[in-house]
Amino acid sequence: MASLQDLPGARGRYAIFGRVFLYAILLLFAAYYLLPLGVMVSTSLKSAAELRSGSLISLPRDFSFEAWGFAWNKANVGVNATGLAPYFWNSVVMVVPSVLISTFMGALNGYALTKWKFPGANLLFALILFGSFIPFQLVLLPMSLTLGFLGLAGTTAGLVLVHVVYGLAFTTLFFRNYYTSIPDDLVKAATIDGAGFFQIFFKIMLPISTPIMVVSIIWQFTQIWNDFLFGASFSSGASAPITVALNNLVNTTTGVKQHNVDMAAAIIAALPTLIVYVLAGKYFVRGLTAGSVKG
Amino acid sequence: MQSSLRSSLSRLVVAPTFLLVLVFVYGFILWTAYVSFTGSKMLPSYEWVGIDSYVRLWQYERWHVAITNLFIFGSLFIAICLALGCLLAVMLDQKIRIEGTLRTIYLYPMALSFIVTGTAWKWLLNPGTGVQAFVRDLGFPEFTFDWLINEQFAVYTLVIAAVWQSSGFVMALFLAALRGVDQEIIKAAYLDGASLPRIYWGIVIPSIRPVFLSAIVILAHLAVKSFDLVVALTGGGPGFASDLPANFMYEMAFRRNQINIGAASAMMMLCTVMAIIVPYLYSELRGAKRG
Repeated sequence: MASLQDLPGARGRYAIFGRVFLYAILLLFAAYYLLPLGVMVSTSLKSAAELRSGSLISLPRDFSFEAWGFAWNKANVGVNATGLAPYFWNSVVMVVPSVLISTFMGALNGYALTKWKFPGANLLFALILFGSFIPFQLVLLPMSLTLGFLGLAGTTAGLVLVHVVYGLAFTTLFFRNYYTSIPDDLVKAATIDGAGFFQIFFKIMLPISTPIMVVSIIWQFTQIWNDFLFGASFSSGASAPITVALNNLVNTTTGVKQHNVDMAAAIIAALPTLIVYVLAGKYFVRGLTAGSVKG
Repeated sequence: MQSSLRSSLSRLVVAPTFLLVLVFVYGFILWTAYVSFTGSKMLPSYEWVGIDSYVRLWQYERWHVAITNLFIFGSLFIAICLALGCLLAVMLDQKIRIEGTLRTIYLYPMALSFIVTGTAWKWLLNPGTGVQAFVRDLGFPEFTFDWLINEQFAVYTLVIAAVWQSSGFVMALFLAALRGVDQEIIKAAYLDGASLPRIYWGIVIPSIRPVFLSAIVILAHLAVKSFDLVVALTGGGPGFASDLPANFMYEMAFRRNQINIGAASAMMMLCTVMAIIVPYLYSELRGAKRG
């Protein structure tokens, strides 16, 4: 769309008035989306004394990163005054292997399901895809038993397994849809040249997969970093990921409630995904639409 | 010979995923389904007792509250997200100079965890620190906005926060669809004297109807799965006034040692999701065959 402005008669006094009105509304909505984050940042930069005296949207008078430092390594998380730092690293250690393994397996699946079709390949894909639709409440109980059985209960390795398994539907979907659009002749030609199954995958397919690789990595990173359900169900105490730690920190009952620390903690927890979004928003949107429209 | 070798290699490559999905999705669903028909309490027992846990599930007042809340939360969440997303997309589609920036701003909440969103809104909606205190300080000491701690209205705070987080995403979906609408039809309608709102209402919006359907399915799916937001924003409270089914299930399974009730509620959630997804997939697949 977008070209109504170019139509004859679309310009005039009313049109200008309309444009001003349009921009005003759009900016108003921008304020609506930005305000909560703005208030969080501004609150996190206030000192405890200023917090009591100032109002909600007043800007901090003297910027203080005190609350950030406190949230990072002094605040009470559950029973220990460790701050978020150890849990932040828990999340990093959990996210990196989960993202890499699930993306790599998704790429292999997508390649096999599109370029080396076997009878029933489409049915198999549908079965894999179905896994992304189920409410995860269905798997919580058997999963916690299984992790216990495997000796992985309450460990980061256990969470990696969980995130890989339930991320596969999405990564497979991404790569399958992407590889469908790559001409089969590319693979045929390489076969005639004597290249093998894995040679074609590593030498031909992977090098042209960068865009979808980025989509898959960003999607998985955001999903896993932001996950709370699995983290709350399968981690214990010191192995908790950051979302669980943030929730514990905010709801901790020991000590005085410090809203500036809560807000600083929330921003620390959100920062990695926010940075990824700002740097690679385009791919983030592509993942959202591919992952949810088709998935 | 060569190609049959490759074809079996292909199967071999997909096999691990297939096995994982078979066990961790289908096997686990069957396990949960079976356990919902047993008398499992703290530990799973495998003795079949029939539909007892379903009968008891529907006797819990808390479950009724959770289901009612899901209905209220889900319908408002979907309706407002659709209206807002559609409105924003149409407005952004008018050759807006700062479109890219605005799009980024509208969509960024989607990158946040619901725990972060919940923490932020909990503070904004807290009568003592947030909007209520702010307006009172402005000189309206009678102003009251205490939905967060009000048994009757707590569920609406979930709608506020969830709409804030997800409406930008609906906007992105609609905007992509609007960009695909045929220009010529619109020009023709315009030359026939149709006004801008009428063109949108009568031609453009109906032609992107499939996107409405996708958006509704995605949002409904999000609503049924909602768990973290409740934990972070209201904690299900006051009491259990703002519980959703996912929170009920978690409470029963992990806190109250009522595994069978937890499993039964999870099965009810599966039925809800299937009731939404299966007709949708069916119509999508049929559409794909026709097209």
